[in-house]
Amino acid sequence: MSGVRVLAGTRKGAFVLTADGKRDRWEVSGPFFGGWEIYHLKGSPADQNRLYASQSSGWSGQVIQRSDDGGRTWEPVGNKFSYEGTTGTHQWYDGTPHPWEFARVWHLEPSLDDPDVVYAGVEDAGLFRSADGGQSWEEMPGLRTHRSGPSWQPGAGGMCLHTIIMDPTRHDRMYAAISAAGAFRSDDAGQTWKPVNKGLQSEGIPDSDAEVGHCVHRIALHPSRPDVLFMQKHWDVMRSDNAGESWREISGNLPSDFGFPIDVHAHEPETVFVVPILSDGEHYPPEGKLRVYRSRTGGDEWEPLTKGLPQENCYVNVLRDAMAVDSLDDCGVYFGTTGGQVYASADGGDSWAPIVRDLPAVLSVEVQTLP
Amino acid sequence: MIRLVLPAHLRKLAMINSELQLDVAGEITQRAVLDALEAAYPVLRGTIRDQDSGRRRPFIRFFACEEDLSHESPDATLPEAVACGREPYLVVAAMAGG
Repeated sequence: MSGVRVLAGTRKGAFVLTADGKRDRWEVSGPFFGGWEIYHLKGSPADQNRLYASQSSGWSGQVIQRSDDGGRTWEPVGNKFSYEGTTGTHQWYDGTPHPWEFARVWHLEPSLDDPDVVYAGVEDAGLFRSADGGQSWEEMPGLRTHRSGPSWQPGAGGMCLHTIIMDPTRHDRMYAAISAAGAFRSDDAGQTWKPVNKGLQSEGIPDSDAEVGHCVHRIALHPSRPDVLFMQKHWDVMRSDNAGESWREISGNLPSDFGFPIDVHAHEPETVFVVPILSDGEHYPPEGKLRVYRSRTGGDEWEPLTKGLPQENCYVNVLRDAMAVDSLDDCGVYFGTTGGQVYASADGGDSWAPIVRDLPAVLSVEVQTLP
Repeated sequence: MIRLVLPAHLRKLAMINSELQLDVAGEITQRAVLDALEAAYPVLRGTIRDQDSGRRRPFIRFFACEEDLSHESPDATLPEAVACGREPYLVVAAMAGG
């Protein structure tokens, strides 16, 4: 019988949540790596038992863990992330030059077809690749050394490369997003990159439609239409129909267009999910009501999804990597909160129920659909 | 034989239950002790010292014989009491909460 495996990274460890295809009874295992921050963990699309996890702490830096049995057991692999060549500087918050320094891995993106190949997006922004199952890492310096690099500035959470998307139809095309530099695309498997931020408007930067400098929070696409991208920016929900060459705003009737995650329904490429947050300073839902908003029209028109979610006195946040969808016939949608809840919907967002209520603050949620 | 004590989170990472004993060849310095530690437990590489620069991580400190050695040269000889195994070399995580 088919099932799902939800991978939750939290401030104090990782958890693996499993259920059969009904998704109404859950088994919770963990914490793994208790006491450490788990920014992200993700499974290989090519091997459901191969998982990677980013484990870090302010005391002892970065560790990468790998599982070959679907998260039951783990082993530490390589954790040496050295930028290639002279690193130079980016801008600090006050505009002064600041040396590039590795802090942590924010996001791990396994290759679509080789379980031993995995990409890592790191802070300070850089892209690394391992071709040996995480044992060794090499920087792909073309992104960090883009001519605009010295002008990049960190967002409030650090200058992180948080989004890596592989185009499933064009082997050499990939996307990356950096806070607060913006979105970038490579058409040569990550060797060279170009900013793809035309159409973004950001208040709070000197040139509101600059080539770089936008605080992109998350990008998502549907594999059947990889040229259509959806973006949750610091403010504004955006859409591109031409692989990022240009963007238009699709915030429409959202109660707030500030937020972090965005994701696309597994079977409906025009169905998109966001979780509006009140503002950049107030990282909680408007009116204390936790509402996922769904658009079935590719944006502009949004409906609140509230059934099973707290509709009073709720002041949690949902971080950028903390939403995912499964690919069962009835698409499941999942998200985790800074209050430690992981919610699941087994009906495309119509209704929700918590899988767990009291984890440490959730940093990331991924899901694997199991045969 | 050098005795070495790790903070709890690193003992757990390296799957060590208690104080360690390490064979360290040559002159007994902080660098030599930490090199021997990382050779025996590769998972600790990068968790105490930066892997490129060798610098102590900011929230990690080194003590022995009730002395703070965190700011001593990594190539300075450790006290005789550590070298002969009478006193342990302590790797301590800053008391920073969280």
